[in-house]
Amino acid sequence: MNWIDHYNYWIVIFLMMLGFYAIIASDNLVKKIIGLNIFQTSVFVLFISMGKVPGGVAPILRDDPTVLYSNPLPHVLILTAIVVGVATTALALALVVRIHEAYGSIEEDEIHEQDQLAG
Amino acid sequence: MSTLIDLILLTLMAITAIAALQLKDLFGAVMLTGIYSLLSALWFLILDAADVSFTEAAVGAGISTVLMLGTLALTQRNEKSPSHPRILPLFVVTITGAILVYGTLDMPAFADPQAPIHTHVAPHYIEKSGEEIGIPNIVTSVLASYRGYDTLGETTVIFTACIGVLLLLGIGRRREDDES
Repeated sequence: MNWIDHYNYWIVIFLMMLGFYAIIASDNLVKKIIGLNIFQTSVFVLFISMGKVPGGVAPILRDDPTVLYSNPLPHVLILTAIVVGVATTALALALVVRIHEAYGSIEEDEIHEQDQLAG
Repeated sequence: MSTLIDLILLTLMAITAIAALQLKDLFGAVMLTGIYSLLSALWFLILDAADVSFTEAAVGAGISTVLMLGTLALTQRNEKSPSHPRILPLFVVTITGAILVYGTLDMPAFADPQAPIHTHVAPHYIEKSGEEIGIPNIVTSVLASYRGYDTLGETTVIFTACIGVLLLLGIGRRREDDES
């Protein structure tokens, strides 16, 4: 087995786990959102790398019938996913701003401490 | 040649992601996230996904970065607590990663023309969309016509997110102003 065959997938998994670690292990809420973004983009990379055809060109029709096109379907799915991704990021950031207004902090441990003191 | 660029860009993306998560300065981390998005946009272009590349460069590297910078302006710029490596998350992440790597061993090789993804519905779109829809860009045909309902669902999600953001930021703040 040639290592180049699966290099894309391994980078995707590495990025995915990096984002996952940031989401579950970092205390800062903005850092968590950055981790979420890295996770998202790794999924995009996974889909687009599956759509590649060797010698293919971008899927825009040409007059030449011998031309080989890359698979357009993953491109469509990821186009939708990018826009949905920025919508979720915007919502998460709005939540962070509200949390900062209510607690004066965006560090998870400090917020938890304040909750313990209040309750 | 394009395989070499592909490998280099992916490696750069991994390095940028590590750097973004290590920085204490959140401003720098957000900037590196923008660079990460831009690198992925370049990579999409190398892999023939021109439409995805434009969208990622505009939305991922542009709008996301601006939104995050706005959040930093409203909150705080530095990460406070020192990020010491945590054992349990590290363990969970390593196990998950190992299982996923095991899963990729059965996947078709990169750029394999016989992969299942290329043998079902995609050939129909490539061969027929020109006469059925009449738009040269196949991605547009699929997005707006064959899978128009998906795009409608996407619009619903964005609408919901917009209402959520407005409720969280706009209306709540106005009520506080009235009280004071």
